[in-house]
Amino acid sequence: MWNEYLQLMKAELMVTIILFILLFLKLGKKERETVPLLHFINILLLLNFISGFLYNAEGTLFGDMFHTSKLLSLEKNILNLGTLIISLQSFQWLKTHKHIPEFYMLLLATLLGMFFMLSSNNLLMFYLGLELSTIPLAALANFDLDKKISSEAAMKLIISSAFSSGLLLFGISMLYGTTGTLNYHELSQQLSGSPLQILSFVMFVAGFGFKFSAIPFHLWTADVYEGSPVAVTSYLSVVSKGAILFVFVSVLYQAFQNIAGVWYNLLFIISVITMTIGNLFALRQQNMKRFLAFSSISQVGFILIGITGQSPEGSASVIYFVLIYVFSNLGAFGVVSLVSAVTARENIDDYKSFYKNNRALSWILAISLFSLAGIPPTAGFFGKFFLLLAGAGTSHISGEQVNYLLITVAALNMVISLYYYLRIIRAMFMDGNDHPIDKVKASLLPNISFIICIGGVLLIGFAGGIYEYIYSLVK
Amino acid sequence: MNYSDYIALIPLLPLAGFVLLGLFGKKYFRRSSGYIGVLILVMSTALAFYTAYQYFFVSGKVHDTYQTIIPLKYTWLQFSSGTSINMGILVDAISVMMLVIVTFVSLMVHIFSLGYMKGEERFSTYYSFLSLFTFSMLGLVMASNIFQIYFFWELVGISSYLLIGFYYDRPSAVAASKKAFIVTRFADLGFLIGILILAYEGGTLDFNTLIERLTNTQSSQYINITTASFLGISVMTWALTLVFIGGAGKSAMFPLHIWLPDAMEGPTPVSALIHAATMVVAGVYLVARLFPVYSINEAALHIVTWLGAISALLAALIACTQTDIKRVLAYSTISQIGYMMFALGAAKYGGEAGTGFTASMFHLFTHAFFKSLLFLGAGAIIHAVHSNEMKDMGSLRKFMPVTHITFLIACLAISGVPPFAGFFSKEEVLLAAFNSNKFIYSIALFTSGLTVFYMFRLYFSVFWNKQREKHEPPHGISFTMKLPLIILGAGTMFIGFIPFGKYVSSDGKLLESAFHLNFSIAPVCFALAGIAIAMWMYKTESNRPHRVAAAFGGLYQAAHKKFYMDEIYLFVTKKIIFNLVGRPAAWIDRNIVDGTMNGMAYSTAKISGWIKGIQSGKVQAYAMYFFIGIIVLVIIVLYLWK
Repeated sequence: MWNEYLQLMKAELMVTIILFILLFLKLGKKERETVPLLHFINILLLLNFISGFLYNAEGTLFGDMFHTSKLLSLEKNILNLGTLIISLQSFQWLKTHKHIPEFYMLLLATLLGMFFMLSSNNLLMFYLGLELSTIPLAALANFDLDKKISSEAAMKLIISSAFSSGLLLFGISMLYGTTGTLNYHELSQQLSGSPLQILSFVMFVAGFGFKFSAIPFHLWTADVYEGSPVAVTSYLSVVSKGAILFVFVSVLYQAFQNIAGVWYNLLFIISVITMTIGNLFALRQQNMKRFLAFSSISQVGFILIGITGQSPEGSASVIYFVLIYVFSNLGAFGVVSLVSAVTARENIDDYKSFYKNNRALSWILAISLFSLAGIPPTAGFFGKFFLLLAGAGTSHISGEQVNYLLITVAALNMVISLYYYLRIIRAMFMDGNDHPIDKVKASLLPNISFIICIGGVLLIGFAGGIYEYIYSLVK
Repeated sequence: MNYSDYIALIPLLPLAGFVLLGLFGKKYFRRSSGYIGVLILVMSTALAFYTAYQYFFVSGKVHDTYQTIIPLKYTWLQFSSGTSINMGILVDAISVMMLVIVTFVSLMVHIFSLGYMKGEERFSTYYSFLSLFTFSMLGLVMASNIFQIYFFWELVGISSYLLIGFYYDRPSAVAASKKAFIVTRFADLGFLIGILILAYEGGTLDFNTLIERLTNTQSSQYINITTASFLGISVMTWALTLVFIGGAGKSAMFPLHIWLPDAMEGPTPVSALIHAATMVVAGVYLVARLFPVYSINEAALHIVTWLGAISALLAALIACTQTDIKRVLAYSTISQIGYMMFALGAAKYGGEAGTGFTASMFHLFTHAFFKSLLFLGAGAIIHAVHSNEMKDMGSLRKFMPVTHITFLIACLAISGVPPFAGFFSKEEVLLAAFNSNKFIYSIALFTSGLTVFYMFRLYFSVFWNKQREKHEPPHGISFTMKLPLIILGAGTMFIGFIPFGKYVSSDGKLLESAFHLNFSIAPVCFALAGIAIAMWMYKTESNRPHRVAAAFGGLYQAAHKKFYMDEIYLFVTKKIIFNLVGRPAAWIDRNIVDGTMNGMAYSTAKISGWIKGIQSGKVQAYAMYFFIGIIVLVIIVLYLWK
């Protein structure tokens, strides 16, 4: 029996073990050399990532509360990868920080929460995972301990997420009240689509929308992203967002298939306003982190289009896109994080003539932005195309008019987004500046992360096998 | 040898060149990168010509019909159970023709640039971008499915962005590259939606299967796509129109043409390659690729025809008023592509009715030669006098004999004077228009007269006109710049004699070129008259138009007969064309079309400023918006939109 637990909860146990190792590290000697410590932790995370490929089993535990499958293992490992890359990138920043073990303990605690959330088969379990993944994040947002703006970000995050959790819980309790169950399979049979159920469902979706910053539930995003340390910002915008999107797809497809018509309309509206308003915001930003925050909001709008596809392709293209998004967004955040850690400059104007002294970093940022904008030959092009292709197939199931209107809005937004991504590229390569950023030297670990990101961005699009593998798991 | 043994090398060689020069050019090949680029292109071109030989003369024909061959196909991924995305190479008459054009013109440009770009600081970067462009364009023409073509389509857009903005320290170049990228991208969204519709309705992305399913009136896909409708128009028409919008953006058709004249900020050889011979005809190629489907949809075909004809006419009118040599050529390109478009629109599938298709492709082929020759000639002129303005030129024939002769050949070719290349293709285009729609034909005929006028206006102002003072002789040009001019000039003299219908036709069967001597009389007369008018007005430096204007005031009796002719000429050219039509056309171009684009940017900025007010930083306000959001969404899904 223990064997079963060990196998099925392998991913969770791995993270827990690392958590304990960190705890013992903290208990031991008071002051440690930071550089070897960071190297050690990164090796642990690497091992964790590698183990994610091995011995993945399928099954359920705890009376159908917890389940796992090959697909979930893959999703968890995508999150592992994101965490590893972020950890590599934050080296420069953490090197001088006093509380390294605490940082990682909080980080891994949220990761653990996400794993439970992914593996949940029951709304109660889901909620538990959600909270575990949210509360430590607020502490993380405060991790630039001597900066006021960082504390403000933490306060905003915790208050807003308490509010959204309250509504989410309200929604869940009403769902329970009307159906008498919290289990996904039973829920899918019990749902009838009564107005009360729809009201509670909208609250439920709003809770998700808060986490993946869909508009109008996104307002915390910009402040928190700007105030938090860049490593936390990138964690929020990539790993946390990716996890919640994975859960969102599977919950919608599994538990709420009965009211697909409702959530199709809901996603349609949210997707359109998220893409459009996110883009319009991004157009005006001057701060690099805020800019990336808003551009990542509009990316979510695209992902929702894939979900409206209501098909295995929809699900597969969402997972595929999130994987690409991990690489491209972290590539961009990595550069910003490095520059911010070394020079404390974060404005777009500071990036004028960046190419002069930092050729490699400029190209990394440019390629990542091209991928976010969906321009070939980067992976983002393929990802977006597949999302739209999946979205175009909607009438396949519901017999409605095909999703053309949504796709038209999406395509228009692709043009707008191209405009502002080009703005950054233009600043870096073309605009003049009297005080361009000096040469930024990156250490080994950030450089490794850049190689991973750029490799991913350039190669994933061409490795058709990756999509096919995901598709085979989803089917 | 089978095609599969070598055909993939044609695009892959330039790709290798791009990687090599892009990564190591600056360090190791500072001087030699030009020669490396040329060498690679020589190999690609040789293979392309060999492919053409194999296809047209050895193995392409089965039962007198040219086959569509897919020598390489590789299932790249299985998107869903029914749809797979492939990477493949498609060989048929038009793709082979394009292969030859792209590699050949690119080679000429590579050679020309050896002299033109000599001494540039980013010489190796320039060649790596050229290689990237060549690779993308070759990938585009060889694509075997619609996803692949879209991929390379966008890649072509990027490489053109990089090349237009090559002089990135010039603000105008930066603005132009961005404009080109955004405008074509804007059009591409039509293309993207069109692709998605076709892919969804046709259930496949491969051209062959798609065409087969959508032209078979019995197939379920055909029935679905023609019966389903959106806003009262069938989905088939929507899809084809949207795809055409994508093509119109790349091919700079009215009103999406605004980026092309600005794109002239790039180095001139680039304009010759991208904005004259290859990329801008991608739209024509796209319609030709899907022609069997277009040919059964009247509505979409009408849009192609009319937009082509309008673009041809308006661009020609505008070209008459321009003074920048590259802008005249840019508008003339738009006009000529308009010819190719309406020729396609005037065609039907198969047999004699398919003349328009052959004519369009023939004109594409000859145009690539004479237009790249014109642009390279313009490059040589600009290189010599360091100015784009026609008023800074004049009398250059004495200083640049090679450029002069080749430029003259190209001008005669574009004017459709026999026996130069443009004559044959233009005759066919006009014939196709004549057989399908008399009104289009009259527009085409009138435009061809205008074409002759503005081309010779350009020719006489540059090579004749005013006397150049002795103490400022222009720089000579190097051999590497002369060679491509001579080769292209020779090509322009002789390619018109190719019996094109034997090789390229809408259904692959042999099409006898219907050549009627009587039919040619009108166009040729128009051409000669155009040359005469231009010669009279611009050959020598005189204020003849002004003198005539003075005569209009007082000396009516003195030169009665002659003046009567003058008045017609004056009225037609100076008054009607310049003031009444040309200027307003240019004004609409500048103020309405550009203004709409600027207005869109302005209102976008305004709205986003307004939205920004919501982002106040107060958490309680955030909570309120959150809650309002939920309530509004509930109301919508419960009551308004079930």
